[in-house]
Amino acid sequence: MELSRIVITGVGLTAPNGNSLSEFRANLLNGVAGISRTEIRYMGEVLAGICNFDPLRYQKKKEVRVGTRAGSISIYCAREAVFDSGIDFEAVSKDRVGIYIGTTEHGNVETENEIHNISQFNYETKFWSHHHNPRTVANNPAGETSLNLKVTGPSYAIGAACAAGNLGLIHALQMLRLGEVDLAIAGGVSESIHTFGIFAGFKSQGALAEHEDPNRASRPFDVERNGIVVSEGGALYTLERLEDALARGAKIYGEITGYHVNSDATDYVLPNPERQTQCIRAALKQAEMAPNEIHIVSTHATATPLGDIQECTAIREVFADCPDTYINNTKGFIGHAMGAAGALELAGNLPSFEDKIVHPSINVDQLDPKCEMNNLVLSRSIKAKRVDAILNNSFGMLGINSVLVVRHFSD
Amino acid sequence: MTKDECKQVVLDIIAEIAPDEELSDVKSEVALREQLDLDSMDFLDIVMELRKKHGIEVPEGEYGHLVSLDSCAEYLTPKFDALV
Repeated sequence: MELSRIVITGVGLTAPNGNSLSEFRANLLNGVAGISRTEIRYMGEVLAGICNFDPLRYQKKKEVRVGTRAGSISIYCAREAVFDSGIDFEAVSKDRVGIYIGTTEHGNVETENEIHNISQFNYETKFWSHHHNPRTVANNPAGETSLNLKVTGPSYAIGAACAAGNLGLIHALQMLRLGEVDLAIAGGVSESIHTFGIFAGFKSQGALAEHEDPNRASRPFDVERNGIVVSEGGALYTLERLEDALARGAKIYGEITGYHVNSDATDYVLPNPERQTQCIRAALKQAEMAPNEIHIVSTHATATPLGDIQECTAIREVFADCPDTYINNTKGFIGHAMGAAGALELAGNLPSFEDKIVHPSINVDQLDPKCEMNNLVLSRSIKAKRVDAILNNSFGMLGINSVLVVRHFSD
Repeated sequence: MTKDECKQVVLDIIAEIAPDEELSDVKSEVALREQLDLDSMDFLDIVMELRKKHGIEVPEGEYGHLVSLDSCAEYLTPKFDALV
């Protein structure tokens, strides 16, 4: 059976340093990060990546009040992606649209808020909000988006820790190939900066970044890196079968030609470079590509001391003899956007198909020798001879690994 | 508390839970749901805010008393007076 070719036709995003692909990309090329200090309950001041999109652009005030931050991020990104796709959405059969949103976690924010709320009332549970359950069900971000867009097709979330952004896209591709839907809105979102538990957990793990300058705190590959900067954000794409996109004359950002997902099965938090290598190789095999045909490897590295080394080990293993393969990272700019990370990091690299520029990894004053890789792009963008394919790594806790291969579309 | 004051308490709560609504010309005798975009969850919000802000309990069997501003005032004013 010949599988349908699946293409990206629209991008909607919000990141700590940009609320559109053009703004995000410009800041990645110009070295502009978006990390700031904020107060969080019980923790005090922390570093975080905060998005400043206007939720009221696409939601009523009541919808923002009743819904969740993840819901608002999803709705903003979905609406922006649909608009960017140029599709006549009014004319689209809404039962043939699928919404597939990757999330690291969902429900912590609202649960913490409600516990704080009833603490003001001597923990009497009659003060617990009736909004708690619709806010905390795992499908909340997708469900709110379906309500907003009046989409009646399948809408649900995909839990895959910090690999979730890639997983949303992979699942959408599969559903399009199965003919379950004709248009997919998919990617990943995160509201995690609104839960103290994420920060406290990383702090207790010794994995929460600290730096006097917020914009220099997230420093993957640097010898002085000291952990993760937690961020919120989202990136959702419209995906279509190639023939449908061509039939309506859509702009095509790229074609997803390969992917793979596997599991370490070795540890709750520590990654396994052997499994990462296997995941990368399997995605390349599906894409029918050799490593040297990949021109950008977008790394997952989060700036934890061991995690970065593990990923670099995996990448060196696969891309050792690839003089035209450049390697970069986005988290120095925006921190770790958790469930949105993979989808956002892919978006920041997609314009390279057109301009051939590879954005850098920033905040590397002294490269950790254990993170040395050929063609690691540091500090400044470089102009590549060609950018025909991007490989996007996204890994998560409990050992979930995901890799996407996206090619520049050509007939 | 006068009935007009009681109506204002309810309107203040509605202003918080339905911030998109124009409340300046709400008719007291007409059902709130006929004039405003309120659903069953919003009415539960009104019940919750009466509990949180004013210590007033509205049992589930008596939610029907909250149908209009007039019926709210009729039902809630004695409850406010009983708090004093």
